[in-house]
Amino acid sequence: MTIDHKYQVPAVAVHTDIFERATKSVSRVNGMPRMRQTYVPQPIMGKTPEQLRAYIEGPDMVTGRPFMQEVIEGLTVPFNQDDLKNASFVRTTPRLCEPDTEENLYRLFEENHWTDYLPIVLPTEERVEEMLQHTSHSPDETVGHMAPTHFREHWEYIVEQVAVNAVMAGAKPEYFPVILAMAASGTSARGSTSSSAAAMSIINGPIRHELGMNPGIGAMGPYNHANATIGRAWGLLSTNLQGGSTPGLTYLGSQGNAYSFTNITIPENEERSPWEPFHVQHGFKASESTVSLFSGGHATQFTLGLRENFWQQHVRNLLRGMDPQSAPVFVLDPITANQFIDRGGFDTKEKLIDWVYENATLPAAEYWDYQLIQNYIYPRATFGEEPFASKLKAPPDQHIPMFEKRNIHVVVVGGETNGYWRMINGRYAKTVSIDEWR
Amino acid sequence: MASTDKVVVHNPMGYPPKVTHKAMAPRLDTLDGKTIYLVDCRFDDSDIFLKQLQAWFADNLPGVNTVFKQINSVYTQDDPVTWQEIKARGDAAIVGVGH
Repeated sequence: MTIDHKYQVPAVAVHTDIFERATKSVSRVNGMPRMRQTYVPQPIMGKTPEQLRAYIEGPDMVTGRPFMQEVIEGLTVPFNQDDLKNASFVRTTPRLCEPDTEENLYRLFEENHWTDYLPIVLPTEERVEEMLQHTSHSPDETVGHMAPTHFREHWEYIVEQVAVNAVMAGAKPEYFPVILAMAASGTSARGSTSSSAAAMSIINGPIRHELGMNPGIGAMGPYNHANATIGRAWGLLSTNLQGGSTPGLTYLGSQGNAYSFTNITIPENEERSPWEPFHVQHGFKASESTVSLFSGGHATQFTLGLRENFWQQHVRNLLRGMDPQSAPVFVLDPITANQFIDRGGFDTKEKLIDWVYENATLPAAEYWDYQLIQNYIYPRATFGEEPFASKLKAPPDQHIPMFEKRNIHVVVVGGETNGYWRMINGRYAKTVSIDEWR
Repeated sequence: MASTDKVVVHNPMGYPPKVTHKAMAPRLDTLDGKTIYLVDCRFDDSDIFLKQLQAWFADNLPGVNTVFKQINSVYTQDDPVTWQEIKARGDAAIVGVGH
């Protein structure tokens, strides 16, 4: 789009056919509805040159005409009036839906993809008004902007619209400042990636106890109202305030992610942790209440405790089982957090992170052969960006770090029934004040 | 409440931005004698596909000059250096593969 519009060079885009709906939508909402797009079969990845040549010599998968005819005509056939029709348009969001029976409204919400397909609480005016009593901010104040991907348009939303989605999730009004903080971050819990990312949040500070959140037994499971509905609200508000999370259109996750129903919501067990809370590591005072947001949740590694003789090898094995494109968040029961101190002397989170960085390594040839490393790291390395460029110079058998140190995180949660612990991959977005939204 | 009673509820969606038309570049009269950049977005073997596309042009339209060009970074980043090169030295672009 950029080269065609901004640089005025005629262009044709080639996509795989599974993305037809999404790519036409993207071009439409970017003001170029008749952008020249052609479609070959999915997948490209892993196909031989001969197979890809057959794609080129075969039909366009959408029009059925020869692919190369579409390409050549896309560069040479002049525009007509159809190319200019409806290129500019305004959309509005009504404040209220048409009055209807509850049964019909449940059906409407589901058919519009406004839910997560679990029962919702209908956002009546009374319920939304009650939710709005738990923030000092005006209902019509802009909270933020969000999009499912960086190349789609960012939608804007106000306090009242966040309240609507909080009601739908079944959240209690007193949870509203947390949910507003999540919305204000602009971080979507419904990011559209074919990798099927989920989202994770870490909640710190006094708000955890004010709301009766559970940082102990069953914290990440369906055992606490605040934990469950706050995480669910983040998902619903992401879906609706960013303009949708509809499969094939604004959500392209190939398999989906089971964490997405309530997202991974972690009130850190600060009281039982031997270390500094997550938000204090990121510049906040312990007395402040914050929410820290991550995307990821593709991978979960798991084991019990740290054995005396081989704990280092066991942890390295878990690390090498992660995809190196997305660094781990160590999610530790307090028992295991203390074991890391006993075994390795890691009396700070930073010392543990240092050790993880130094020990999460792969032979260079293996590292560079991961598909996601080829997609997202290799291009940056070839153009001299550090630390990737230096890694590229390593001999094939030399062990190089899998992750950047700054991307490795540690959080403590759990009720100490046993020292089970996890690594969950997560890309840290930001830490946001909840107190500002009270 | 009777099942036939009607209730009023809020719409949960946010506000979409206005969409403004963006003019595309005029198309070429012919490809013969022109330079077409085959732009590799560097995702999942796109380079292999585009090199086959380059071979197709060589076999079928030898009067078209093609240049295989990889973008300077990851596809999520804008690449003005590459676009400016294409503007200066090319006549058209085929960008792929989005998938």
